Amino acid sequence: MTQAVEMLGITKTFPGVVANDRLDFSAEKAEIHGLLGENGAGKTVLMSILYGLYRPDAGKILVDGEEVHMDSPATAIRHGIGMVHQHFMLVPSLTVAENIVLGNEVTRSRVILDTKRASEEVRAFSERCNLKVDPDAPVHALTVGAQQRVEIIKALYRGAEILILDEPTAILIPQEVEELMKAIRALKAQGKTVIFISHKLREVLSICDRITVLKKGRLVGTVKTGETSLPQLATMMVDRQVLETFDKKPVEGAGVVLRVEGVQVVNERGLPALKGIAFDVMASEILGIAGVEGNGQSELVEALTGLRRVKDGRIFLNQVDITAASPEERIRLGVSHVPADRNKMGLVPDFSVMENLILGSQGEEPFAKRHMILDYGAASSYADGLIADYSISTPSKDTPVRNLSGGTQQRVVLARELSRHPKLIIAYQPTRGLDIGATEYVRGKLVEMRDNGCAVLLISADLDEIRALSDRIAVIFEGRIAAVRDPKETNEEELGLLMAGGKVD
Amino acid sequence: MTEGEEGIYRENRLPSRLLAKLRSGLLRMLPQVIAVAAAFLVGAVVLVATGYSPLDAYATMLTGAFGDVYGIGQTLTQATPIIFTALAFLFSMKSGLFNIGAEGQLIIGGFAAALVGISFDGLPALIHVPLALLAGALAGGAWGFIPAVLKAKLGAHEVITTMMLSYVATYLTSYMVNYPFKAPGWVAQTVPLAPSAQLPRILPPTQLSASFIVALILVALTYFILQKTTFGYEVRASGLNPLAAENGGINVKRTMIIALFVSGAMAGLGGSGEVMGVHGRFIDGFSPGYGWDGLAVALVGGLHPVGVVIAAVLFGALRSGGMTMTRVTHVPLDIVIILQSLVVVFVAAPMLIRYLLRWREHKG
Amino acid sequence: MNIIDIINVGLFAATLRMATPITLAALGGIFSERVGVVNIALEGMMLTSAFSGVAVSYYTGNPWLGVLAAVAAGGLLGLIHAVLTVTFKGNQIVSGTGINIFALGFTAYMSQIIWGSRGASSSVPSLKAISIPLLKDIPIVGEILGTQTPLVYVMIIVTVIAQFVLFKTPMGLRIRAVGEHPAAADTAGISVVRVKYLGVIVSGMLAGLGGAFLSLGHLSLFAWGMTGGRGFIALAAMIFGRWMPLGAFGASIMFGFADALQMRLQSLGILPPQIILMLPYILTVIALAGVVRKATPPSDYKPYDKG
Repeated sequence: MTQAVEMLGITKTFPGVVANDRLDFSAEKAEIHGLLGENGAGKTVLMSILYGLYRPDAGKILVDGEEVHMDSPATAIRHGIGMVHQHFMLVPSLTVAENIVLGNEVTRSRVILDTKRASEEVRAFSERCNLKVDPDAPVHALTVGAQQRVEIIKALYRGAEILILDEPTAILIPQEVEELMKAIRALKAQGKTVIFISHKLREVLSICDRITVLKKGRLVGTVKTGETSLPQLATMMVDRQVLETFDKKPVEGAGVVLRVEGVQVVNERGLPALKGIAFDVMASEILGIAGVEGNGQSELVEALTGLRRVKDGRIFLNQVDITAASPEERIRLGVSHVPADRNKMGLVPDFSVMENLILGSQGEEPFAKRHMILDYGAASSYADGLIADYSISTPSKDTPVRNLSGGTQQRVVLARELSRHPKLIIAYQPTRGLDIGATEYVRGKLVEMRDNGCAVLLISADLDEIRALSDRIAVIFEGRIAAVRDPKETNEEELGLLMAGGKVD
Repeated sequence: MTEGEEGIYRENRLPSRLLAKLRSGLLRMLPQVIAVAAAFLVGAVVLVATGYSPLDAYATMLTGAFGDVYGIGQTLTQATPIIFTALAFLFSMKSGLFNIGAEGQLIIGGFAAALVGISFDGLPALIHVPLALLAGALAGGAWGFIPAVLKAKLGAHEVITTMMLSYVATYLTSYMVNYPFKAPGWVAQTVPLAPSAQLPRILPPTQLSASFIVALILVALTYFILQKTTFGYEVRASGLNPLAAENGGINVKRTMIIALFVSGAMAGLGGSGEVMGVHGRFIDGFSPGYGWDGLAVALVGGLHPVGVVIAAVLFGALRSGGMTMTRVTHVPLDIVIILQSLVVVFVAAPMLIRYLLRWREHKG
Repeated sequence: MNIIDIINVGLFAATLRMATPITLAALGGIFSERVGVVNIALEGMMLTSAFSGVAVSYYTGNPWLGVLAAVAAGGLLGLIHAVLTVTFKGNQIVSGTGINIFALGFTAYMSQIIWGSRGASSSVPSLKAISIPLLKDIPIVGEILGTQTPLVYVMIIVTVIAQFVLFKTPMGLRIRAVGEHPAAADTAGISVVRVKYLGVIVSGMLAGLGGAFLSLGHLSLFAWGMTGGRGFIALAAMIFGRWMPLGAFGASIMFGFADALQMRLQSLGILPPQIILMLPYILTVIALAGVVRKATPPSDYKPYDKG
């Protein structure tokens, strides 16, 4: 049987890293094929090459037995390949229909856009696919799950017989994941080929027919789902076993470090983002806040770090009212922040390691006398100490931070934030985009700080991470805490329901 | 290692470190050097196309600028205000803002200095000179402060507001010097500044004044502030990554406002220097576009204070040598502006330079 | 002197006239920014085009050929800006500033060569005003709209066409997509680079048309720096008009009014000319300060890197 698609000997390098190393990959018709690997294994790159977004340094691609020179997405589309990316390729201000027909616009006399006809066609098509969308809704108003449906319809509308889904469940709640799985099975029944990129072992096992495992750009092997198991896949993905739980020392009699009372906050567009949120974080505790992105998490972090004005309500740190305190004051009072996007928010990429390590303390002793002249000698020895303590692998402390790997960069952030002996650590998506080793290191450090008396507020979209690390789990929904649970007394289904706004007892 | 060997190591370290720094600095300047060369090349094409000999033009420019003491003095005189406006643009760029209104800030600073210079009599120079300089700096600073506040509080793009205020400064001072403060006579200018407010000439018979010394001091000060103070750190962080700076507790908006104030003040100081040192009074239109020169010089200088001095001397040479060139070869002086703009354009295309570099590598 | 000497129908006719170059340049700004490229070189493009139009009119005796040359010159500068910012990913503000400085120097230089004076050219054949029959007989409206230089009518037509193209044609959809989310456009099979080039070149051509108005429609010569910052005021009009052609036209009317008023006051000699000349610039700053908070730009202007 001809393979639906075959990729042979694909090699692709970027400056400093070999993303794909002589990879072979093939998928059959009417098959759900999983592409499994850690962050950075090269899965997205390989599929981007298949979709014509990158050109490989070597290798060839065959679609339906014919060799194709995949030089652009237009070529891929013409050959029936569609891709739904991790970060949606939707233009926010345009409607669903406009996004779907973009590049293939429906027109009257070839000059005027016929939005009405486009809308009707999209509606009819989406009903045929069994995926519900409103063609006239502007994309920025849709939920994440709905946007993903639009992306899938977009690919199918262009005649995709082979559909590539890149980490499709990363931003979905458990219920939406179920709906997606149903849709994928329906596509297979229609004879389409689905390539499912993921780093989540369980999911891949549950839906795929065959699984190809990549590790650091190389092919590890391809297995039939029926003939493999979770531990075997895990070993193929990683050099060692994946640490699933942390041993946390139970702590008694700790006091409240952070108290958030009825905080109301407004977002960029002037709409309420936090609607009277309230919770406590104790010393020696990790409070995990679970929730779908967009329910107020980033606004909460901004309110806590002092970057967003609190309209109503109070924030207390060790009984001190910090609601109106400046970011600088909060840092001095012992609030540390590990941001979600280290390159955008945590580091100044062009600054050296040393300069980044003193960010936040650049005005104080011992680095500056009276907030004026910098003492590079003090900064230098401080940096040396931290580089040693945190095993930051950098050529020197003067290396610009942008030259370091993601995991090393996160260590710089951690070193800076944790060595201030904070009372409260706010960790927002601290392991996003990191490989297994770096992820373990970060999580281990957070637990260590917790054991030493620090209060840790962990906000993450990774439910596994929340459940593994938290002493208590709070679910955030539409700007409020929907419920607080003990991780040992709840499960994924209940949390998913709460994250979606459902009520439990 | 024996005592003797250690001694040799220690002796060799300082000069070799300096050499290494010099080499890395020069290498870093390579794109700018190529940009300048490319600009002169295209300028030559323009000259040939309009019937002039580039060799004659460039040669007379060179001899006019550096041929004798007078030439060198005039070159440095022209370079002086450009150093100020270049530092102004550089400082604003470091904070992440585009101050393209240095021309207006220079002019308003010059006028403020003139005001102080003509309003007081009998003040000792030790007081009068710093006072006039301060007035110029404050006026220029105000002209930078307004767009800064509008940007910080209201998001108004500083490119447009600094440009607009530049026009306002030009017309405002023109009004001042055509009506209320007009000196008797035909020329739109103020009466001469009191001698106690004037900066001495340091290289007669050229026009080179102590303003040049002030400029050099400002260069050193700029480097020191940016690299060695907390404020400079915060400026650089705000310019490179305002989000991370905010997360690190830096008040980015306040830093930007102060930085733009300082930027305007630097330009204003330049204007004061011109009025107090070169002309001795405020003359309508005394600046032939020093603000724009400053922008180009800052870029050519690689946004580094030392590079700025070198590039400013180059541009000063263009201006003073240009005047000789016009006199001797009758090439219109505006070719100088064309050359400057070409430099800016080529500096804006770093990739182009890199292509050229790679192409040269392949050839040889 | 009565208020009627200052505020009368003639003033509104002049308002429409002075709004023309600003609108055209603002439309240029819109097309460039909508594909994601900041174009602060509108000023330089207008100036170079104003000069080119006069030069060609001088040599051919035909002002309409001059207009064509102006548009071409603007388009050429747009091409240069596009090459520097899209292909070479250079800093958009620096490139724009370079073009502005170049325009100042180049036009003065060539002015000197052709007419021996860097200040002003000699008088050249320019566009004669035309009257629209029927329209010009309507009271008040007729006096404002009925008799104008042809480029005013061109401006109105171009504004409507621009609004239509941006929001009702496939090309307009692609332009907006490329500026707002170039990756989405790319994966939809659209050539991001080609659309960006198109937007920036059209931007230059529109600015060129505006420049042609200044030198051939409004006057009949070229004078040093005659654009007087209008290219920057056009940017303010673009922001004020929320990057929509009709909106930019409305904003330009406001700025055109300030311009016309300033000229009227100058000719009446009420206040010293310099004070009056300051008005449009101060107005621009105030307008920008007042409205920018609520205006969201159509792009983040980052150069698109495919990898």
